[in-house]
Amino acid sequence: MNEILGHFNYGIVILLMMMGLYIVIASSNLIKKLIGISVFQVSVFILYITFGKITGGNPPIIVDNVDVYSNPLPHVLILTAIVVGVATTSVGLALIVRIREAYGSTDEDDINDIDKNDNFYLKNRSTT
Amino acid sequence: MIIIGWLSDVCLLLGGFLVLTGAVGLLRLPDFFTRLHAASVTETLGAVLLIIGIMLDTGLMLDTAKLILLICVMFIANPTITHGLCRAAAHGGIKPAMETKSPMQNSTPSDSKNIYENQIQTETGVSGKAPK
Amino acid sequence: MIANLELVIDICLLAFLIMIVFASIKITDLFAVTMLFGIFSFVSALLFLDLDAVDVAFTEAAVGAGFTTVLMLSALRLTTRFENVKHRHSLLGLPIVILTGAALLYGVADFPNMGDANAPIHHHLAPDFIRLTQQKIDIPNIVTAVLASFRGYDTFGETVVIFSAGAAVLMLLGMGHVERKQEPEKNLILWVVVKPMIALILIFGLYVQFHGDFGAGGGFQAGVIFASGFILYSLVFGETYARKVIPATILPRLSALGVLIYGVTGLMSLISNKPFLDYNALSSNPVGGQHLGILLVEAGVGLAVFSTILLIYYSFSGREVIHYE
Repeated sequence: MNEILGHFNYGIVILLMMMGLYIVIASSNLIKKLIGISVFQVSVFILYITFGKITGGNPPIIVDNVDVYSNPLPHVLILTAIVVGVATTSVGLALIVRIREAYGSTDEDDINDIDKNDNFYLKNRSTT
Repeated sequence: MIIIGWLSDVCLLLGGFLVLTGAVGLLRLPDFFTRLHAASVTETLGAVLLIIGIMLDTGLMLDTAKLILLICVMFIANPTITHGLCRAAAHGGIKPAMETKSPMQNSTPSDSKNIYENQIQTETGVSGKAPK
Repeated sequence: MIANLELVIDICLLAFLIMIVFASIKITDLFAVTMLFGIFSFVSALLFLDLDAVDVAFTEAAVGAGFTTVLMLSALRLTTRFENVKHRHSLLGLPIVILTGAALLYGVADFPNMGDANAPIHHHLAPDFIRLTQQKIDIPNIVTAVLASFRGYDTFGETVVIFSAGAAVLMLLGMGHVERKQEPEKNLILWVVVKPMIALILIFGLYVQFHGDFGAGGGFQAGVIFASGFILYSLVFGETYARKVIPATILPRLSALGVLIYGVTGLMSLISNKPFLDYNALSSNPVGGQHLGILLVEAGVGLAVFSTILLIYYSFSGREVIHYE
């Protein structure tokens, strides 16, 4: 029982990872893919924070009469990772906006179709 | 001191009850506006009563001042947010479910969901075409 | 008893997370998925709070739930709202996902139990950080001490990453147009309530910035909160007025200035023959030097994050929507 409860968080983290990965692979919409990546990212955050937890510990802010603090190192890593994560997400969204403006669609399959039907390269080859 | 403890318990229980009411309302009520009404009960009185209960339980500290400030902000911000949401919904074309029959018995949430989906489909065009 | 309660809350919140992600897999309206993702971020912030990571919870609530949602919504304004369900590759996805999950589950079996104080992770660097923070830096918040002082190199790198992300968005989308045809409709209730609220948000941002040494908070969170005040102003009063308060052209410079403050703080210690980012050199008293260094570095981070976030928001919201048939 103790073993199961102790590994419960890890199991859920893996489930979240799987679902994030599924969204990335299965959905052909680029924004939905980005949301899938973000879900994946948050699952990794939860994994790290779970590592840092000590049962009966306190938040790592020094107070009198408290000896046990949870591990501050994963907190530092994840704190910066969250902000970097949102920065990279915004770059991804900006790319998607430009793709939409160029192709008129945010759907990966549509974009592939347009690329196949568009004989831009063939035209170029024939003229040169 | 015992009275304060009792008061705290009463506040917490009442707050919990209101949050539960809000959740049930959110599931059971027929359309967007009535659901928002249920949700706003949760986030104003329910949350505030819970905070007051916690304040009474912990006693006078610096955190009490912060919590009082939080309550002030919640009392101002949450009704405004509900108002803004309602306005946005009305602006977006979601109509209240006006029915002469009792909405609780005859209109299940799935009905109102269909109304909402029809609304969306009429509003937005089909996407995914290449620019000329 | 308290430990058990924490575990119960933990299990409930994780169940919420799973349900939210399931719902967002099924729903094809991207608007709804974005809102669900905001809820997902808030619930994960609660989870971090439950797992004692107060600073992380604060950041996730401010950045993940607040700013990312606004960002996704402004991106949805420029793209399409619905996902094409016919283009789902479920058959391709499922085997890959199940294989990956099985491999990960196999690896997880060797992990120590959650909350085990004897796990290796708690015996190598963390005790030193906790001890040295009390001895050498003397500020209560260990996370801020590690972030700004012990691992200052990392944070410098991350500030540069944020700066370059802002530059990348700027290159892709531009700063947007200053003049917009559509102004938000006049709404007296919002105007009256939002004005004092913005002041409150900005003061709270400053509090978070300078109270980061003592409680949860710091430059990253403060920058986002400060930027969210201006984003709120822009949403309610119209972007034309927001751009009059803080012009978009000044933001890249502010962002660079933030990174510069961080870098110069590091260089100052090089001048007095100490390693890069060694704050002991900043003052005659080593502890005082650490305090000063952390203050300067957090100010640089706050400035860089604030201006980058606001710049990214301006880039997205100021762009014209192109309509296709």
